[in-house]
Amino acid sequence: MAKPVLTFDHVSKRFDDGTVALAGVDLSVASGEFVSVVGPSGCGKSTLLRIASGLTGVSDGAVLARTDKIGYVFQDPTLLPWRTVQANVELLTELGGLPKAERRRRANEAIKLVGLSDFAHHRPRALSGGMRMRVSLARSLTLQPELFLFDEPFGALDEITRERLNDELLQLYTTQRFTALFVTHSVTEAVFVSERVVVLSRRPGQVLGDFPVPFEYPRPPGLRFDEGFAHLAGEVSACLRGGRRHASQASPPRGSTRR
Amino acid sequence: MSADTEISGPDGPTLAAPLQGASRLVPSGRGRWLSFWGPPFVVLLTVLGLWYAISYLLLSPQRRFLLPPPHAVLQVGFLDPFNLRELLQALWLSARVAMAGLSIAIVIGMALAIAMSQARWVERSLFPYAVILQTIPILALVPLFGFWFGFGLTSRVLVCVLIALFPIIADTLFGLRSVEQDHHDLFTLHDAGRLTRLWKLQLPAALPAVFTGLRVSAGLSVIGAIVGDFFFKQGEPGIGILIDLYRSRLQSEQMFSAIILSSLFGVLVFWFFGFLARRVVGGWHQSARDPTVS
Repeated sequence: MAKPVLTFDHVSKRFDDGTVALAGVDLSVASGEFVSVVGPSGCGKSTLLRIASGLTGVSDGAVLARTDKIGYVFQDPTLLPWRTVQANVELLTELGGLPKAERRRRANEAIKLVGLSDFAHHRPRALSGGMRMRVSLARSLTLQPELFLFDEPFGALDEITRERLNDELLQLYTTQRFTALFVTHSVTEAVFVSERVVVLSRRPGQVLGDFPVPFEYPRPPGLRFDEGFAHLAGEVSACLRGGRRHASQASPPRGSTRR
Repeated sequence: MSADTEISGPDGPTLAAPLQGASRLVPSGRGRWLSFWGPPFVVLLTVLGLWYAISYLLLSPQRRFLLPPPHAVLQVGFLDPFNLRELLQALWLSARVAMAGLSIAIVIGMALAIAMSQARWVERSLFPYAVILQTIPILALVPLFGFWFGFGLTSRVLVCVLIALFPIIADTLFGLRSVEQDHHDLFTLHDAGRLTRLWKLQLPAALPAVFTGLRVSAGLSVIGAIVGDFFFKQGEPGIGILIDLYRSRLQSEQMFSAIILSSLFGVLVFWFFGFLARRVVGGWHQSARDPTVS
């Protein structure tokens, strides 16, 4: 079993206004594992990622990230509108103080990986929502992250674009093999992209279920119509709707993966 | 990943060709030009018509000096070489005063706004006084400048600084504060220091608001130069001094010419900063785009 890259140990979070977002969350993500977190709106999914990245502290419990090479993909692409695609993709390495030539090389490589080489000199406003999200992904790729945190990155996109970007994200994952914690409110998306789906309860968020996804990578787009896929998505959905702890798989072995 | 299908896909045809039939809805180049310039031209003609009507129908020839007809203003003020030279020399001096005041206001205003954006306590300490400075009637403060700095050019420039300062502070601060939280988070995640954040994030993001402030302040600085002329008459005459002089001599044609010329200068300055805004931020921000281009 691979070592966990990210571990939440009984993490709770209470905000200054008294809102309790998370209550005793235990979760670990093994090296190279792709874990999705689904849950109702306001259950603390994004807070979980903000805690993992260090943007927000915990009120109780502990978080351990065994790497500082973390890529964070926000729900909004967070591109700087005055910069071109190339300059946006170079931003993080620029902040990291890398030499210009190296920044350029990494950016070119990442832009090529997300298929936007022809748009390197366009500004974000000339791009569609899906293309902007790819630029955001490329920007994180330049850091060569070991751990990727995705905060509902495709939540604002239409269904067809979202499915296409899911396919493309999986292509990237298959080739790069980073560790990923992927927050989404779409059960189908969660089951399609990940190796494990963790279900959070309504606020305060607690782990209700932890479902291993038994499908091999690479996953064809047609997997979404597979009977087994539909069955698993149904189970996750039932757990989400039922709001009760999923007895059989609430505490699976940490970092367990099936490929 | 492939991008080519994205462009015209369901994700939004932002780079795709215009829809067929759209040309029937969007006017052609000439039509667009007419629809843009037509309405203000009609308003100008209406104003000139009213002007003539008041001059010739309401005012007797003895009282016509109160509003001389437009052609008389043109003839005396702009077509008489002596008068025109006098007006242009005065305007040039007022322009220098206004631009000097505006430059100082930009430096002080932006420095104060940047300082306030960096710490709430600085904002809490300074902003109320900036508001008070703005709310004190400028005409009440101007005489004090004469006591403190004399009745020459220095005081005229200071009036421009005072009148142009607040919009620069307010708009720059608004722009610096308007950066989205996600962008701040992105910079926080990557350990960006205060200066890096200011230089690479806050200042570029604030530019559209800064230009809005600059346009307002530029117009105000022209007004400040003229107001200063009324109070501080030592040294070479500016356009305001000429206006006061023509008023006292009942030379209304010249006075109207001076008023029109100073207005045109104000418009020119306003247009210049609009042009600069389009050049600098028009490529990425809606507010600075040319309204004639749809």
